[in-house]
Amino acid sequence: MEQILFQFFNLDIMIQAWPIMLRGFGMTLLLCIVVIPSGLLGGLVVALASTSEKRWIRWPVAVLVDIFRAIPPLALLIMISAGLPFAGIRLSPFTAVCLSFLLNNSAYYGEIYRAGIESIGTGQDEAARSTGLTGFQSMVYVILPQAVRNVLPDLVSNTIEVVKLTSLASVVAFAELLYSADMARSVTYNASPIVMAACFYLVLLWPAVRLASRLERKLST
Amino acid sequence: MTRFDRFIDTFFKPEVMQQYWPDIVSGLFVTCQIAILVIVSGISLGLALAILRSYGFKVINLPIVIFVDLLRALPPLVLILILYFGLPNLGINLSGFLVLWMVLTLVLAAFAEEIFWAGILSVPEGQWQAARSTGLGRFQTLIYVVIPQAVRMTVAPLTNRTIAITKNTALGMVIGVPELLNQATTAQSFAANATPLMMATIAYLILFIPVVYAGRRLEKAYAWRRH
Repeated sequence: MEQILFQFFNLDIMIQAWPIMLRGFGMTLLLCIVVIPSGLLGGLVVALASTSEKRWIRWPVAVLVDIFRAIPPLALLIMISAGLPFAGIRLSPFTAVCLSFLLNNSAYYGEIYRAGIESIGTGQDEAARSTGLTGFQSMVYVILPQAVRNVLPDLVSNTIEVVKLTSLASVVAFAELLYSADMARSVTYNASPIVMAACFYLVLLWPAVRLASRLERKLST
Repeated sequence: MTRFDRFIDTFFKPEVMQQYWPDIVSGLFVTCQIAILVIVSGISLGLALAILRSYGFKVINLPIVIFVDLLRALPPLVLILILYFGLPNLGINLSGFLVLWMVLTLVLAAFAEEIFWAGILSVPEGQWQAARSTGLGRFQTLIYVVIPQAVRMTVAPLTNRTIAITKNTALGMVIGVPELLNQATTAQSFAANATPLMMATIAYLILFIPVVYAGRRLEKAYAWRRH
C-alpha cells in the first residue's frame, strides 16, 4: 500500500512537477481552442457537401470521410509529421497536430451533422423554400438549428473524444499535458506525474461526460 | 527527376516496399491479433457489467458508473503510460502487448456497458412484466426477452465505438508493441523514406474501410429507431 502511494500518488514529486504540468495543461487548452472549433467548422463543410444534390460533390467527400475514419488518428499524425518532411514539407509539431486533427475531426463531426440533417424531413425545406428563402438560407435558418439539436448528445461526446485525442500530440513531442507529465516521469522514475495528468483530464472532462450521458438519456426517452 | 517521379520515390519506392513488406505484414498480424482480443474481451465485459447493473444493487452500480465515467474521461494513452511505466516500480512487469490489451479492453467495456445499458432501458417495462408473469426468472427474462431486443438498438453505436477503439491499437507504438504503426515508423527511420508509412496507411485502409462501410450501412438500417 505504501509502495502504491509512493509510486503513484507521491505528493513531493507532484508539487515539484506542478509548474511544468500547469504549462502543459495550458498547451492542452490551447490545442483544444484551436482543434474543437476548426473540427466543428470543417465538419459542417463536410456535412453540407455530403448532403449536396450534386453527385460530383457528394461522392468524393464520402470517400474522403471513409478514408479519414479508417486511418487511426496517430497514424495520420505520424504520416503528416514524419512522412511529409521527406516530400520537402516541414511542419512544426503544433501545425502538424492541428492539421491531422482537422482532417480526422472534420470526418467525425461531419458524419454527426449529416445524420442530424437527414433526420429533418424534407417538408421543412420545402416549407422554408416556399416562403421565399433560398436553399442556403433554408439550410442555415431552418434545417441546421433543428439538426444540431437532434444530434447534440453525439456532438458533445465527440468533443470529449477530441479533447482526449489531444494527448496524442505528446507522441510528436508537442509539449502538452501528457508530454510534460511523461518528461517529469522519466526524470523522477515515478509514475505520479502521469497520475497527476490523469487528474487534470478528469477535472476537464468528467463534467462533460456527465453532461453527455444526461443528454443521451434525455433524448432517448 | 520530374515532380511525379519524386513523389513516387518518396511515398511508393518499389525497393523499399520490397524490403519492408514482411515487417509490415507481421505488424498487420499483431494489430489484428490485439484488435480481435480487445473486441471479444471488451464487449463481453461490457455486456456482463450492463447485466450486473440491471439488478439494481446500489453497492454494485455506483462503482460501475464511476468506472464507466473514468474510462470515458481519460485518454487511453494516459492509462497505457501509467500501467506500463508505473507497475514495474511495484515489481509487476507486464509486456506492452498485455498493457495495450488490458487498457483497450477496459475502455471498450466502459463504452459498451453504457450502450448496452441504454439498450436495456429502452425495452418497455411491459416486456419484463409479461415475461415474469409467464414464470421466467429475472435472469431468464433478461437473457431470453430483454437482451435480444436491446442488442438490436445497440448494433450501430456499438460498431462505431468498436471501430474507434480498435484503431487505438496504433497507440501500442508508444510502448514498443510490434504492431503495424510501430513496424512502419521503425522501417521508415531505417530506410529514410516515407514509403513504409504509406504502406501502413494502406494496410489500415484495407483493414478498416470495410468495417467503416459496414458501420455506415448498419446505422442507416437502424436509423428509424432513433428518432
